[in-house]
Amino acid sequence: MIYHEAGQFKTSYKQDMAMLPIVQDRWSVVALVTFAVAGLPILLAFGTDAFTSNYLYSAILIPFLILSLASIGLNILVGYCGQISLGTGAFMAIGAYAAYNVAVRLPQVPSILAILCGGIAAAGAGIAFGLPSLRIKGLYLAVTTLAAQFFFDWLFLRVSWFTNGSASGSVTAPAVEILGIKLESGTGKYLFVLAVVVLFSLGLKNLTRGALGRQWMAIRDMDIAAEIIGIRPVYAKLTAFAVSSFTIGVAGALWAFVHLGSWEPLAFSIDRSFNILFMIIVGGLGSILGSFLGTAFIMILPIVLTRVPAALGVPLSTSTISHLEVAVFGILIIFFLIAEPLGLARLWLLAKEKLRIWPFPY
Amino acid sequence: MRVVSTLVMAALMSLTVMSATASAQNEQFIPILSYRTGPYAANGVPFANGFVDYLQLVNARDGGVNGVKITFEECETSYATDRGVECYERLKGKGPTGASMFHPVSTGITFALTEKVPVDKIPLLTVGYGRSDTRDGAAFRWNFPLISTHWTAAAVAVEYLGQQVGGKQNLKGKKIVLVYLDAPAGKEPIPVFEKLAQSLGYEFTGIPVTAPGLEQKAQWLKIRQMRPDYVVLWGYGGMNPAAIQEAAAVGFPRDKLIGYAWSGAEPDVIPAGDLAKNYKSLMLQHGAEHDQVHDDILKHVYGKGLGRGSEGGVGQVLYNRGMLSAMLGVEAIRTAQTKYGNKPLTGEQVRWGAEHMELTAARLKELGVPTMMRPLKVTCADHEGARLGRVQQWDGAHWKVISDWIEADDAVLQPMVKESAAAYAGSKGIAPVDCSKAD
Repeated sequence: MIYHEAGQFKTSYKQDMAMLPIVQDRWSVVALVTFAVAGLPILLAFGTDAFTSNYLYSAILIPFLILSLASIGLNILVGYCGQISLGTGAFMAIGAYAAYNVAVRLPQVPSILAILCGGIAAAGAGIAFGLPSLRIKGLYLAVTTLAAQFFFDWLFLRVSWFTNGSASGSVTAPAVEILGIKLESGTGKYLFVLAVVVLFSLGLKNLTRGALGRQWMAIRDMDIAAEIIGIRPVYAKLTAFAVSSFTIGVAGALWAFVHLGSWEPLAFSIDRSFNILFMIIVGGLGSILGSFLGTAFIMILPIVLTRVPAALGVPLSTSTISHLEVAVFGILIIFFLIAEPLGLARLWLLAKEKLRIWPFPY
Repeated sequence: MRVVSTLVMAALMSLTVMSATASAQNEQFIPILSYRTGPYAANGVPFANGFVDYLQLVNARDGGVNGVKITFEECETSYATDRGVECYERLKGKGPTGASMFHPVSTGITFALTEKVPVDKIPLLTVGYGRSDTRDGAAFRWNFPLISTHWTAAAVAVEYLGQQVGGKQNLKGKKIVLVYLDAPAGKEPIPVFEKLAQSLGYEFTGIPVTAPGLEQKAQWLKIRQMRPDYVVLWGYGGMNPAAIQEAAAVGFPRDKLIGYAWSGAEPDVIPAGDLAKNYKSLMLQHGAEHDQVHDDILKHVYGKGLGRGSEGGVGQVLYNRGMLSAMLGVEAIRTAQTKYGNKPLTGEQVRWGAEHMELTAARLKELGVPTMMRPLKVTCADHEGARLGRVQQWDGAHWKVISDWIEADDAVLQPMVKESAAAYAGSKGIAPVDCSKAD
């Protein structure tokens, strides 16, 4: 009833090809973005004390948005183009270290440009490590991207030029400055990251609906058939690697500059790669929305779980809570993957289908 | 989308409700970042137990610090930097005056929090680890690497090796190998070893071990080829027993293998069994001693059933380190109270206390740790307070202290600290304070 599309007529091709053809969807997205941009900061500024809002920004919202961006990037490669990658951590690291080197060695370059340079460097590395994908597929390709992960871990640990000669290998990003304003408050950082994530999500959503996205999906579904109908696998696969790595690289630069501030190669270890791969598997392969849902599930849920016993007034030691958290979280992953192997995004689609005919199913 | 937004809202609301807790007024909150799970749990558990037990002791025996009760909360980091940052954000606002200080208990988390504490005005106490250049209080107002840093420990190690060969001048031409964990904690000491190699003329080689360091075959084969005179071990967690076992496998004498303070606790040697016999390690001033304070803990804390661990664990190396870390934090609060009054203090006030903390021999005796620590005096220019260490040796069942107090050569360290801190301040645009004018 609420979600009924009867009476919404499309009178032009443009309307038919709109990103969100259903009015309710369109308004929900507009409402959600408006809420994220204006509603949430206002709510946090007036509804909570400074410490709580600071906690929500810096420990929950900012990392959530940045990791969502990284999982969108990986989803382009794995979900849309069908090329499995275990090198996400490495591409994030390239983004972070490239942005760091640009920012430190050329201090006159604005922060946004430095962060984009991180993305470009990651895209270059992505193309280089995407070359084997022209010959090998599936798990074998996963192994070559694993090589990227270990190679860059090694590179940033060993070659002190990348860390500007830091003795401990740990580097500190200069403060991020946007149009002459230093980003220091949680709200400012949040809004900046939000702007980047919204722009990337909209851009990438459109890209996947266009010619390029269709080529990727054709390659994913059956590469030989795609080649026969005239799609060049070289172009399709390498653009997927480039776009994916660019997005992941920007996410890595944001993670380093905005979230951590100071980091070591360990921040982008193999664990990070798996972490993000799990996000898109749980969230839904080939779905931008799924990337957000999966990130929320993998990143925020464990934090919420650790706080449940205290909120219920059950005194448990931190080690018990930590073990419980891992157990409950594991069970939930299994539950969701059994309930819907195609991920949370698919659950959302099913719910939408049901909602469409509710309350009069026929 | 609507459902998503409602869910997000509900989650945010529940988090908000959970983090808003009522608290009584005359309380001082100390957050505890601990790792009782994860790859370093064997080291994290005794440390956290010692820390908690000491805070319990202060409450149970003295009724708090000059009448101000101490409250605390543990947060599990699993030794992971991102979890540590989350814990920091979660706990920094607790208690009537916010968190009084943070002990990150991880060099990685220390690096991440060093950026955050000046904004939130909370002192960061890193007892025997963390960034070595943060000792310069003029540039690093909020960091306190008390008792020792990685650099100090490296200098103490070289002093000790000098004693072993009958004077530092005899180190000339000797081969010293550093086997280190390939992470900030392991890489920190390298500049000091290299610097001293220039002046003393020993041959220095650093051999990295990738974290977590359980696989070291290749490194030790290389060491066998090099035939060094001494091997210094800068590892943490499972890497230490693995190194001892590999040393035994290539026949390297264990009494020429010297770990640093975080490689010299019970969990580092017991898994290696008999192979660990005669292995030496530096001490972070204290070792596995039993002092008066332990009797108090057993009586007031364990006697009342408040103990966090088992009685057998009281007095182990890492237990003592956690206990001393807590003690230094409490003494910083006590010092701050002399200026600001006996009431709950903010992080900024506790920072003043940490910077003016002086523990004389008489005071250490009152605290019940006369044999475990030497006097300590923190100033604006020196946030470390003391640069002393000893060496202990594992006899197969116990750690035995085998050296006298050794002082690091500050003529070497001081200029390095100055240079590194100035570079940091320059890159971050911080104007170092003038310590002669600081209050």
